[in-house]
Amino acid sequence: MDYKLFIPEYIAGGCAVAIIGLELFMPKVRRDILAYLTFFAALAWGAASLFFVGSDPKTFPMPGTGGVEEGVAGLIQVDNFTTFFRLLGAGIVAVVALQSAAYMRDRAQTASEYYGLLLVAGAGMVYMAAARELITAYISLELLSFCLYILVGYLKKDKLSSEASLKYILLGAFSSAMLLYGISLIYGVTGTTTYDGIAAALSERGSDTDPAVVVGFVLILAGVGFKVSAAPFHMWAPDAYQGAPLPITGFLSTLSKAAGFALVLRLFSSAFTTDAEMWRWAVSVLAAATMLIGNLVAIQQTNLKRLVAYSSIGQVGYMLIVIAAIGYGDAEVGRDASAALLLHIVGYVVSTLALFSALTAYYNKTGDDSIEGLRGLSETQPFLALVITISLFSFAGLPFFAGFATKLLMFQAATSTELLWLIGLGVLNSFISLYYYLMVMRQMYLFDPMAGLKRFSVNPLLMVLTAGLAAGIVFIGVYPGPVFEGAERATNPLFDRGADIASTIAGGNEDAQARNP
Amino acid sequence: MTFDEGQGYVVLATLLAPLVAMTILLFVPGDRKDVVRYVSGFFGAVMLALSIYIFVAFQFGDGASSIQMQLRWDWIENTAFLGEDGIQLYLGVDGISAAMALLTGIVAFAGTLAASKLDYRTKDFFILYWALVGGVYGTFFALDLFFFFFFYELAVMPLYLLIGVWGSTRKEYGAMKLTLMLVAGSVLIWVGIFATVHEAGLGTFNMPALWAAGQDGTLDPTFQKTFFPFFVIGCGVLAALWPFHTWSPDGHMSAPTAVSMVHAGVLMKLGAFGIIRLGIQMLPEGAEFWMPGLMVLGTIGAVYGAVAALTQRDFKLISGYSSVSHMGYVLMGLATMNSIGITGAVMQMFSHGVMTALVFLMIGALYDQAHTRDLKDFGGLGKVMPMWVVFYTIAGLANVGLPGLSGFTAEFHIFVGTFKTYPLFGGLAVFAAALAAAYMLRMFSIVFFGPFNPRWSDLKDLTPLERMSGALLIGSIVIMGVWWAPFVDRIGFSVEQLPRMVS
Repeated sequence: MDYKLFIPEYIAGGCAVAIIGLELFMPKVRRDILAYLTFFAALAWGAASLFFVGSDPKTFPMPGTGGVEEGVAGLIQVDNFTTFFRLLGAGIVAVVALQSAAYMRDRAQTASEYYGLLLVAGAGMVYMAAARELITAYISLELLSFCLYILVGYLKKDKLSSEASLKYILLGAFSSAMLLYGISLIYGVTGTTTYDGIAAALSERGSDTDPAVVVGFVLILAGVGFKVSAAPFHMWAPDAYQGAPLPITGFLSTLSKAAGFALVLRLFSSAFTTDAEMWRWAVSVLAAATMLIGNLVAIQQTNLKRLVAYSSIGQVGYMLIVIAAIGYGDAEVGRDASAALLLHIVGYVVSTLALFSALTAYYNKTGDDSIEGLRGLSETQPFLALVITISLFSFAGLPFFAGFATKLLMFQAATSTELLWLIGLGVLNSFISLYYYLMVMRQMYLFDPMAGLKRFSVNPLLMVLTAGLAAGIVFIGVYPGPVFEGAERATNPLFDRGADIASTIAGGNEDAQARNP
Repeated sequence: MTFDEGQGYVVLATLLAPLVAMTILLFVPGDRKDVVRYVSGFFGAVMLALSIYIFVAFQFGDGASSIQMQLRWDWIENTAFLGEDGIQLYLGVDGISAAMALLTGIVAFAGTLAASKLDYRTKDFFILYWALVGGVYGTFFALDLFFFFFFYELAVMPLYLLIGVWGSTRKEYGAMKLTLMLVAGSVLIWVGIFATVHEAGLGTFNMPALWAAGQDGTLDPTFQKTFFPFFVIGCGVLAALWPFHTWSPDGHMSAPTAVSMVHAGVLMKLGAFGIIRLGIQMLPEGAEFWMPGLMVLGTIGAVYGAVAALTQRDFKLISGYSSVSHMGYVLMGLATMNSIGITGAVMQMFSHGVMTALVFLMIGALYDQAHTRDLKDFGGLGKVMPMWVVFYTIAGLANVGLPGLSGFTAEFHIFVGTFKTYPLFGGLAVFAAALAAAYMLRMFSIVFFGPFNPRWSDLKDLTPLERMSGALLIGSIVIMGVWWAPFVDRIGFSVEQLPRMVS
């Protein structure tokens, strides 16, 4: 029992409790102080996880096994993949905390739970990435989801916020039920919930199609699809995005999506690799539907937050291509494609956070979240207009910005003869998306501001944060090498284990054949 | 490997000059328009000087290496699917790109001079302008597919704002149509790149390595035949390949002067250049198979553009359709697959670049004062704007293909090449050239001569900067017309080395 593995989350969780307690005992504390405390807590959390970079994978065994079967029966595995998501999560929480400082100060009575839950949600994401067992994965996912339900509805006085939260809870509960049903079917067939155990049991079963397995896969896919808002399970997203406090909208579209993909990557690269032909078609269809629906519906939006919601649904479609590619390729393709996916996720997260920092700064001044409202922003606040343009161009995949390099590498890594149609569809969709991004830009650059709007200044903190994130977009876009290498090291443990299992199984089969000629 | 590194840094400097100019301008206050203009003028001159150096220093003849002035830096390698030399910042020039770099230098500097009278959001204009020019240089120099496409897209990206903000006549429509059509073309190129890199299986975006893969059969013939159309149509959109040319007249009509100059002058050449680099060099089998098709489309474009130009009343539409026609010649030249035809195509790219830039410069000079571009409104302008008429006439005659000017040299090569392989299409091309004479002379007779309309009596002739800019372009037109050896030597040297070339 190696409890040291959890030190970074002890920090995150401890700070969360401390922050909530602080306001309990000092009700008069300035609410932006809490934001800065959260920022530093996230930094400490990230710093603590740095100690795990490059260390050998360590597992936390399942209680009762006494840790004898190292690795095989692990609940949690701390390896480079987990560390990658720890750093990503800490980064997202730190940025969102800073974004929220002015926003929450002006809008909410209390803020400590808000900041505490940000940290807890981050911890939930880490264990979605680290879980090597279905129940643990499920609990981590629910930990994240419950934090998000509360955060989305945090503005109690705002009806839109409460409505969003209610819809999110109902649909989220529904999706959890599907996920659980899928898990129970898989458990019924394989008799275990550990990823390695499932992989072994499925391959021993032979090649015959079992309806329960197929239904189980599809239900799990649907459950996780809800969390990452893949179409047709995306219905909650636009409402939740629109009603949520603005920084939480950014939090939803970065952290919860990254967490969903962390879980899917670990699960589909180990537990389900042996039965890839049973789910890969479903993932391809899901990817195609998600990007088409996301991008086509985005064209008609008039509200900025809903536009971003649909555009992020489209982005999920591109990312799902990689999961399909894992299904169609061998371990090497899977590793390369997942590395490129992690790179893309980083690029996407940085772009989204930059967009939301700029939007928050804009919203703090104007309180307007319609696309029309951006009219003439290049005159009233050229810096914000520039950053919004940079991040939208990054989503569209134009050069100099993260999206170009990361999307190109991701699609290239996922390319195979079977999937070329899906890749083509993905590229076509980024072209469609350019249209509605240009419609936003058009408002900012081609029209004069509405009468009476004067040039306004931006809170210096948000200014620095936004500029830093925009610089990050350009850095990843021009020199993606370092992040890509980090992503590759993060995905190595996933498929190394997959290969081990495959070879053990293959060896086992040969033994079996040798015994029964 | 030893590279001529010193000269490689010249190429790098040429590429960085517009990007540095852009970065400096970001930090110049917007109301200091004079500073913006001086900085832009300075960097434009530097680029011109460096481009001339690259063109002159390019070695040809026996023993000269096919790609010169190379410079490469590893960008990402040995990561995931990227193997040795995965992505490199790999720059270099061959005879074709040396000529194109020279063209870019000339047109970009001429455009800078023309744009210096622009008074609305000058700083923003030049930032985007230099981003565009940087993209153009990068595409010509890049020898790594990743960066090739990076710069190709970079060149297209600023156009939306350049036309949307500073344009005229249905500018939003023109800008959106142009951007969407060009990016739709890029979609095909993206897919083609993914397929090619995957099929080659080298784990690298290095273009010479991929060219070798295309020639030694690593990319099998069926694959090449399947994906050649992706590159040709994808790049062809930018080269105004009929029937994907429809953005061109609208885009040109809406664009501001300097953007029209660079766009018609240089940017459309990126498309034809992409067909050479990605199509002919990377997928030679596919090229051989599909070239008759390109010949048909090129010829239709050449004739159609000329016929359409005959009926237009707007100066810019005439030039827009005339560009479609001239780019049709370029595509015909490429489709001949013999060295004289392709050499002619590249020369036509240069020739059309400078003369169309001059045409748009002249149109801009008139429109800025008259605020209309309808032919029927004008008449007898020779009386008030003699210099303007002289400049425009030279541009028009080059367009028509008068011997002694660049258009003749280039078109002559193309026609000879076409007659060699496809005599029928050669005949049609000559017919289109005759139509060019018709639409140009029609315009001249209406606008320059004829009865003078007193409404225009206070029009002013060209400003000194416009004369400088025009003189630079006319100089290039005349030099290429009378002394084409430097061009033919350099371009022909590289064209001979293209795969499957019949000399």
